Amino acid sequence: MSQILELHGVSKSYGGVHALRATDFECARGRIHAVLGENGAGKSTLMKILAGVVQPDGGVLRLDGREVAFARPAEAIRAGVVCIFQELSLIPDLTVADNICLLDPPRLGFLIDQRAQDRIALDCLARIGVHDIHPRQRLSDLPLSRRQIVEIAKALRLDPKILILDEATSALTAEDVGRVFALLKALREDGVTILYISHRMNEIAELADDCSVFRNGERVGVFRNGEKTHDEIVEMMIGREYVHAYPPKPVRAAPPQPVVEVERLSWPPALRDVSLTVGAGEIVGLGGLDGQGQREFLLALFGVLKGVQGTVRIDGAPVAFSGPAQAKRHPTGVALIPEDRKTEGLMLPMSIRDNLSMAILDRLTRGLVVDRIAEDAAIERAVGQLSIRFGDLDHPVASLSGGNQQKVVMGKWLLTGARVLLLNDPTRGIDVGTKQEIYGLLRRLADDGASILFYSTDYDELIGCCDRVAVFYDGRIVRTLEGDGITEKALVASALNLEPGALQGADDAARQPQEAT
Amino acid sequence: MNRLRYFLAHSRGALLALALFAAMFAVYVAYHPAGLTIDVVSTAANKGVLLALVAMAQTLPILTAGLDLSIGMTFVLANSLASAVVLGSPAETALGVVLVLLASLLCGALNGLIVVFGRLQPIITTLATGSIYFGLALVIRPSPGGDVNEDLADALTYDPVLGVVPPSLLVLLATVVLVWLPLRRSTWGRAVYAAGSAEGAAYMSGLNVDLGKFVAYTFAGLFAGIAGLMLTFMTYAGEANAALGGAYTLNSIASVVIGGTSLFGGAGGAIGSVIGAFVFRTIGDLLFVFDMDALYQPLFIGLVLLVSVSLGSLRLLRIRNRLELFR
Repeated sequence: MSQILELHGVSKSYGGVHALRATDFECARGRIHAVLGENGAGKSTLMKILAGVVQPDGGVLRLDGREVAFARPAEAIRAGVVCIFQELSLIPDLTVADNICLLDPPRLGFLIDQRAQDRIALDCLARIGVHDIHPRQRLSDLPLSRRQIVEIAKALRLDPKILILDEATSALTAEDVGRVFALLKALREDGVTILYISHRMNEIAELADDCSVFRNGERVGVFRNGEKTHDEIVEMMIGREYVHAYPPKPVRAAPPQPVVEVERLSWPPALRDVSLTVGAGEIVGLGGLDGQGQREFLLALFGVLKGVQGTVRIDGAPVAFSGPAQAKRHPTGVALIPEDRKTEGLMLPMSIRDNLSMAILDRLTRGLVVDRIAEDAAIERAVGQLSIRFGDLDHPVASLSGGNQQKVVMGKWLLTGARVLLLNDPTRGIDVGTKQEIYGLLRRLADDGASILFYSTDYDELIGCCDRVAVFYDGRIVRTLEGDGITEKALVASALNLEPGALQGADDAARQPQEAT
Repeated sequence: MNRLRYFLAHSRGALLALALFAAMFAVYVAYHPAGLTIDVVSTAANKGVLLALVAMAQTLPILTAGLDLSIGMTFVLANSLASAVVLGSPAETALGVVLVLLASLLCGALNGLIVVFGRLQPIITTLATGSIYFGLALVIRPSPGGDVNEDLADALTYDPVLGVVPPSLLVLLATVVLVWLPLRRSTWGRAVYAAGSAEGAAYMSGLNVDLGKFVAYTFAGLFAGIAGLMLTFMTYAGEANAALGGAYTLNSIASVVIGGTSLFGGAGGAIGSVIGAFVFRTIGDLLFVFDMDALYQPLFIGLVLLVSVSLGSLRLLRIRNRLELFR
């Protein structure tokens, strides 16, 4: 088996912190190689070195047996190493076709041939099996899930020898994930080598030929897919005993006291007649395919959307928030953990301290100045409650790992003492260890009486964490699953808005689901 | 058909400015004592073309999310230089024109080099270089004067082509068709837009962002040079006038914004800025036909400017998701 890519003793450190410690890595031509590891394990540094974004401090990189060094992304791309980043590398003001042909567009003399560019774009999109994106659409007009498809199409156009996907399916709809998998398998047949980074074990199990596990900047294992169980893999990744991922759910004798009551909430076309109740101590999941109105539902409850119809009652009294500031001030307290921690969750260049106290500044202010003693006490509470790991509170929050950044976002809102928590895909792109901490935290908060609405694109989480799951389809809640009825089959069937039993083998789903409307 | 729809949607700002200009110019002509005559149109064209060219120049740095505060001074330098070299036989005159364009191109290139390699803020860079360019203009033309090839000057600014079309409009059109449109459709132009829209993403995509910025400032210099030449042809003289340079710099920014180009970079284009420049000029003309005291001009221009740039913010009223206000 010929190795297309070999790394020997590659190391990289940032300001004394070792991101990679003289690690080796190799992968064979025409295979799908999964790379696993917690955030900070070194896998993203490895990818950045391969993509030419950062340069290693030492070690050797060989491509096709030849020693190479990439000073810039352009050099890696020219050598056939193409990376699809989690943070999309697309230009929002350009059209879809412009983006797909960004490097080396088809030309007529000095000019770009727009029609040829449209054809190339349509061709790349068709290879993925997507036909609903027009090449002249401006990228910023597309939803995230479509943009991610464009990102993949753009990589295809570069004819990669090695294709690196870094959490590239995180925003995709289930249908598109299937299409992308088919594409990756076809590429493998054509001899393309694929490096696949994902936190989703079931994706890796379905797709990968080989797996490498990274921990603390070193590769700690490499094996054929299927040789190790999920539990074994997770243990290799986190390097500690793997207890069950989800805390136990409480058993209730009677339905809990309702706290949030939503009646016929509409914000066409994204939301239509959504009715839902969340009780004290309940975790209610929002399920379904991505982009069916779940995000808008949470934003509507938080007062971010204008022109929302229907009624929302909190603790029995109707509310109509004009924005987050009002939602926060409500006696019951409403908090929303946003989807994108980098733009909506955090002020990245500001310190960890400033970020944590941001939502309670009004309460910490004495006269015109912030009471630093009260602030420190509050921050100590948040750091303890979430076990946030950091070097110094005055460092910019951008210096933290993704998981710890997400903890800062949660800590900021928990300090407000909110009793209603709206979570918008809070575990997207964070490591297994932090995820488990978040699951445990949510259940503890619920046990203390908080009402939690939890949107997740990961079915496992919905099954493991939620007392009930409301499944969205086309802006409506099509089904509410409860207790043992929350199974993967039931979730999939409802997400596709299939009648129970219509999906082959969906018998389990047929027994439990209740119609919501 | 879809293509047309997307094209219209992408050009909304420029189309809005065009409608505004059409309305204002119709009022101007209707109330003008002489009505729609060639003289009226020609005078309006000459005044508009200068600002239109400088606004085209300003568009490029703004598209990269930068700004060129030296643009008016490059314009003045080109004017001063032209009044000294665009003279004599046809061959000498042609050489003079090339010399002026080359000098302006170099001014722009210097801005580009400093912004790209010095990693300095465009505002402070061009504030400094603008002063240098004005200093050079003063050296060339310490007091107003000089001369220019009158045959060429009249042909490009006064004698109507085919008896109806003001020639300065054709110069503007030629600049758009021969320089701006090819640039926009080239990989260089693509790099300009990409640099302003999402610099990080462009770098990660392997695109040469630095080239895009360099091209933007360099071509800005070239456009300002064409404007300086046209000013010389209109006045038959050169003048190192700091107030004129400053006014053109600021008015060019206003024109770019009226024309629908975002100051955040990445979206818009020079054709919108040309329309924006004509809108801006027509404001002054309207005052003239309504016989308003010249004392009120700055006040009135300010008010109209504020209203017309506010039109671009009307879309904010339709926003249903408050988060979009911050994007």
